[in-house]
Amino acid sequence: MTTANAIVPESGAPASGGNALLEAVGLKKYFPVTKGLLISKTTGHIKAVDGVSFELRPGETLGIVGESGCGKSTTAKMMLMLEDPTEGFIRFEGSEIRATDAATRREYRRSVQAVFQDPWSSLNPRMRVKDLIAEPMVINWEISRSEIQERVLKLLNDVGLSAYHANLYPHEFSGGQRQRLAIARALSLNPKVIVLDEPVSALDVSIRAQIMNLLKDLQAEYNVSYMLIAHHLATVRYMCTWVAVMYLGRIVELSPVKDLFANPSHPYTKALMSAALPSHPDTVQEEMILTGEVPSPLNPPPGCHFHTRCPFAMDHCGVDEPQVKEVGPGHTVSCHLF
Amino acid sequence: MVTQAATERDVVLRVNDLRTYFQTRWGTVKAVDGISFDLRRGETLGIVGESGSGKSVTMLSLMRLIPMPPGRIVSGSIMLDGEDLLQLSDGEMNRVRGSKIALIIQDPMTSLNPVFTIGNQVSEAIAIHQNIPKRSVMEQALSVLRKVNIPAAESRMRDYPHQLSGGMRQRVVGAIGISCQPQVLIADEPTTSLDVTIQAQYLALLKELQQDSNVALIFITHDFGIVAKMCDRVAVMYAGRIVEQGSVRDIFNRPSHPYTEALLASVPRMEEDVDRLYSIEGQPPTLHDLPPGCPFADRCQYVMERCREEYPTRTTISEGHDASCWRLI
Ligand SMILES: Nc1ncnc2c1ncn2[C@@H]1O[C@H](COP(=O)(O)OP(=O)(O)OP(=O)(O)O)[C@@H](O)[C@H]1O
Ligand SMILES: Nc1ncnc2c1ncn2[C@@H]1O[C@H](COP(=O)(O)OP(=O)(O)OP(=O)(O)O)[C@@H](O)[C@H]1O
Ligand code: SF4
Ligand code: SF4
Ligand SMILES: [Mg+2]
Ligand SMILES: [Mg+2]
Repeated sequence: MTTANAIVPESGAPASGGNALLEAVGLKKYFPVTKGLLISKTTGHIKAVDGVSFELRPGETLGIVGESGCGKSTTAKMMLMLEDPTEGFIRFEGSEIRATDAATRREYRRSVQAVFQDPWSSLNPRMRVKDLIAEPMVINWEISRSEIQERVLKLLNDVGLSAYHANLYPHEFSGGQRQRLAIARALSLNPKVIVLDEPVSALDVSIRAQIMNLLKDLQAEYNVSYMLIAHHLATVRYMCTWVAVMYLGRIVELSPVKDLFANPSHPYTKALMSAALPSHPDTVQEEMILTGEVPSPLNPPPGCHFHTRCPFAMDHCGVDEPQVKEVGPGHTVSCHLF
Repeated sequence: MVTQAATERDVVLRVNDLRTYFQTRWGTVKAVDGISFDLRRGETLGIVGESGSGKSVTMLSLMRLIPMPPGRIVSGSIMLDGEDLLQLSDGEMNRVRGSKIALIIQDPMTSLNPVFTIGNQVSEAIAIHQNIPKRSVMEQALSVLRKVNIPAAESRMRDYPHQLSGGMRQRVVGAIGISCQPQVLIADEPTTSLDVTIQAQYLALLKELQQDSNVALIFITHDFGIVAKMCDRVAVMYAGRIVEQGSVRDIFNRPSHPYTEALLASVPRMEEDVDRLYSIEGQPPTLHDLPPGCPFADRCQYVMERCREEYPTRTTISEGHDASCWRLI
């Protein structure tokens, strides 16, 4: 993706399906690294996200997987308008959000909500549950107190809590219940998209399935789209329609979930799958343990970012950046093997 | 099939009816309440169970590291290599700890001291237990760091923990664990693990070390994936007790306690599509006020009247596989 046409709001719909609700086009986020106290000098850039494109359709879930530091949360923050992209843009219902007026951007912020990993830190401890859930509505909507109260009860009920919980404070809830509260709050403004950044990884094993099933049920009921960030491939298989595999700021493989697991194509995707823990002692896994660790995003390897660890690397992998190739319907890979 | 006598000889650790209680302002917390298991040489035992089920307290009891007060080991025996650790004096226990039985707490941020170098911390662990000259301590430290695949180990000796990546810190903690060639090595896994690729490297390393030294491993984890990959035997804990134990295939193929069955059905699988995960409703019980009967009763889909009255007795399902549930009787 180049940025030359980044300002043009409409362009040919990308390959698969069309009618995207939300699109990321060539998103980059470079964080400057500075030296010096008084006169600070930029000495380099952390290429946290380095040209990422994907789309999300109504009622679907896009999973983003990859190792720590590969840029998943930074991508999420750009989608939430919590970080400005260094390059590239975001299109929502066909229009580029940064090029629209303030009212449309506000509407976008209401339509795209978030639930984070840590249910302990994301809820204000001094607010009662009913006020926590009502807060976004009080700020954004002009509706009566009784309407708000009614909606709070409906939302609590939606996430499997009851009216009794409305008067409690967050510390009176368990981790799983707190995640339910965060979900209720995220749902309050009828969002079209919810960004879920590791929503179950801090929860106890027995509670994870409760929350995953709840998220699936709510999606079926409200047709909301999810962007789900997760480490755990099995979780992604259970929850997602699409999966993007990221490595050092780039998407190396993007695919419908079924096809990704049936036919993982990028060497990094294969390595992630062979490193994932099996669900049965008799599961036979391809032995492909990657050596070393992810290189620094401050100075990512040239050419294919993965060439320093790739068992299939060829001479030109360290020189030429691989292009995006389609290997199946909607299934794309960036690797010189294809 | 090995003979009874041979298996007996292979038992390196035998825990019998271990109970560890804490006095709190809500009353007595029976964190570990009558646990028994055997561990053989070269074997890997997984202890699984959700948060608060008593896994760490069990292991801290084995190491005799329970803070007293508020804690107290109320009863039981811990036979390590023919010697009951609960009968040792504090001085004798200090000798055993680290040299015969070692604990790796997998929170590398807290288990390494930020103000000492890596070399310092590894050699300290060696020097405590072995009366050898300083020079050979350093040599031995270097060799364990190499054994856990720390690249450029010599220069890493002078580094401080914060200069290492998470994966390397984890391996240093592992190096300290194996530095005195213990007979039993306990790995208490973190709730949120490192990256899968780094974790895979670490698990492969532990397996290799085990093959070299025939050390018996205990893995404490939430994750059935780790159990499937690493363990020969499994003990499932709930509310301070082992509710089921067996070989890894017994547990995965014939889970017999409803809690084990539910846990296995509640984890998504990477290898196949699952229509809908089983979801265990409710929360684990609080331990200071356990009702009589089976502590899983409030969450069990098979609960019967009897379950609420009396703690279920242990039933043997097959050799080495048992569970405590009224449904099995
Ligand atoms: N505000 C910032 N300033 C400088 N660097 C940053 C900032 N935010 C993130 N980074 C860096 O950008 C890279 C990507 O970070 P990001 O949080 O997006 O990763 P992630 O994929 O979400 O990782 P994790 O799985 O650990 O959450 C990392 O190297 C990180 O250190
Ligand atoms: N020092 C202490 N004082 C009082 N109670 C304690 C103490 N240490 C542990 N407990 C209690 O003992 C019980 C078992 O705790 P333990 O740490 O063994 O759980 P765990 O199974 O290791 O959980 P996790 O998976 O979260 O590590 C808990 O109810 C805990 O509150
Ligand atoms: S482009 Fe080359 S180095 Fe990169 S993943 Fe493909 S084969 Fe490996
Ligand atoms: S004893 Fe009863 S409540 Fe407990 S696990 Fe068995 S059937 Fe369920
Ligand atoms: Mg993140
Ligand atoms: Mg613990």
